[in-house]
Amino acid sequence: MTALVDQLKGGLDAPICLTWELTYACNLECVHCLSSSGRRDPRELTTDEAKAVLDELHRLQVFYINIGGGEPMIRRDFFELVEYSIGLGIGVKFSTNGAFIDADKARRLTALDYLDIQISLDGTDAVTNDAVRGPGSYDTAIRAMGHLRDAGFVERNGPFKISVVVTRHNVDQLDEFQALADQYGAQLRITRLRPSGRGADAWHDLHPTDAQQRQIYQWLLAKGDRVLTGDSFFHLNALGDENLPGLNLCGAGRVVCLIDPVGDVYACPFVIHDEFHAGNVRDDGGFAHIWRHSELFHDLRQPQSAGACASCGSYDACQGGCMAAKFFTGLPLDGPDPECVGGEGEAALAAVDRADAPRPMADHSKPARPVPVALVRK
Amino acid sequence: MTVTADHPVLDRSLALHPQVALRPEPFGALAYHYDTRRLVFLKHVDLVRVVESLDDHDTVVAALTACRIPPERHGAFATAIASLLDSEMLCDRTR
Repeated sequence: MTALVDQLKGGLDAPICLTWELTYACNLECVHCLSSSGRRDPRELTTDEAKAVLDELHRLQVFYINIGGGEPMIRRDFFELVEYSIGLGIGVKFSTNGAFIDADKARRLTALDYLDIQISLDGTDAVTNDAVRGPGSYDTAIRAMGHLRDAGFVERNGPFKISVVVTRHNVDQLDEFQALADQYGAQLRITRLRPSGRGADAWHDLHPTDAQQRQIYQWLLAKGDRVLTGDSFFHLNALGDENLPGLNLCGAGRVVCLIDPVGDVYACPFVIHDEFHAGNVRDDGGFAHIWRHSELFHDLRQPQSAGACASCGSYDACQGGCMAAKFFTGLPLDGPDPECVGGEGEAALAAVDRADAPRPMADHSKPARPVPVALVRK
Repeated sequence: MTVTADHPVLDRSLALHPQVALRPEPFGALAYHYDTRRLVFLKHVDLVRVVESLDDHDTVVAALTACRIPPERHGAFATAIASLLDSEMLCDRTR
């Protein structure tokens, strides 16, 4: 282990990678949504409050932020905030389903410096994608990509990203995703499905099988040099001698964190739950105070116990996997990841009652649509 | 035995790329390139001092000397600086 990784585990003066979900409102209702988005929260940060947070991130010398949601472009002040951030020298990368990128918006986005876009897509065909992201969402994403291409986004700003959450159903499409990205001059980004938000329920049916995990690892080793992963597959490193590129550590509260739409700060985007809540940007001292002094972040920066994994020869490679994945599947945090490639995950999952697993919080899902009921007189 | 470093980068005239920002950290600094969006770790505070002073000196070796980096460490610094040049964190000095 390098001295640098040890340093990073001890935390940085400010996050490297800060995710900011701007709104819980979303036009889609993806079954695996990490933030259980759907409806706007009336307590969401106002434009002025959001700008004050950006001022603070500027003082902390945060280089860039990852904006998400919900669908961030739903906010009426979306462009105002993005332009304000870029004006302060904070680069913006934002995730979108593309619904609000028409020809005009594509040109406006293209004109901005230090802006990067991630279009979410979970299948290379409508059937595979829409099963997870909802009817029409494949066409929506492809149309947005077309607008970005026509606006010359790639030529001016470099490749936008096609962002894929790898599931049981799209894992065989990795080559096709790469081909699709190439077709648009885009870059492929693939990340790990976590049992977070609505994904807590969907995960059990969607997460890749053991054989598919090996497939992802081999694919990344063979073809992953052009692919971004957000370092999210480090649990796969236990599969071989060769580590996947990246920092190979859980960055929660150390180098990453989440600001949610109402200003709550969590250790990472995948742990929206009181247990990982570090404070609110509206509190005295703001974000900087939370980052530097929160008890939770302090604890996460201490050396973590390998616990049940201590005797496993692969621990240095996989670091015990993902905290969020363990938490929302009801597994102890100092034990194997539910997708432990050493086979420990399955046994661990079998030993816990799924009903006892902590439930994700801050659910903003839209209300269930009324199901027509035939009234029958008895 | 004292090895005198003769890495070709030592005679170059370099500066921090105008699109790169440095953020001090306990281990050294983070360098972020706004155009390439690459993030690089400068893993030693001495390296940060040298990088920050490149623009004030005609050559890399002059900057090393001004920062009082002993000659036996010049080789290691040359390697680090060459790698920063490769990743475009540094560029040719223009004045």
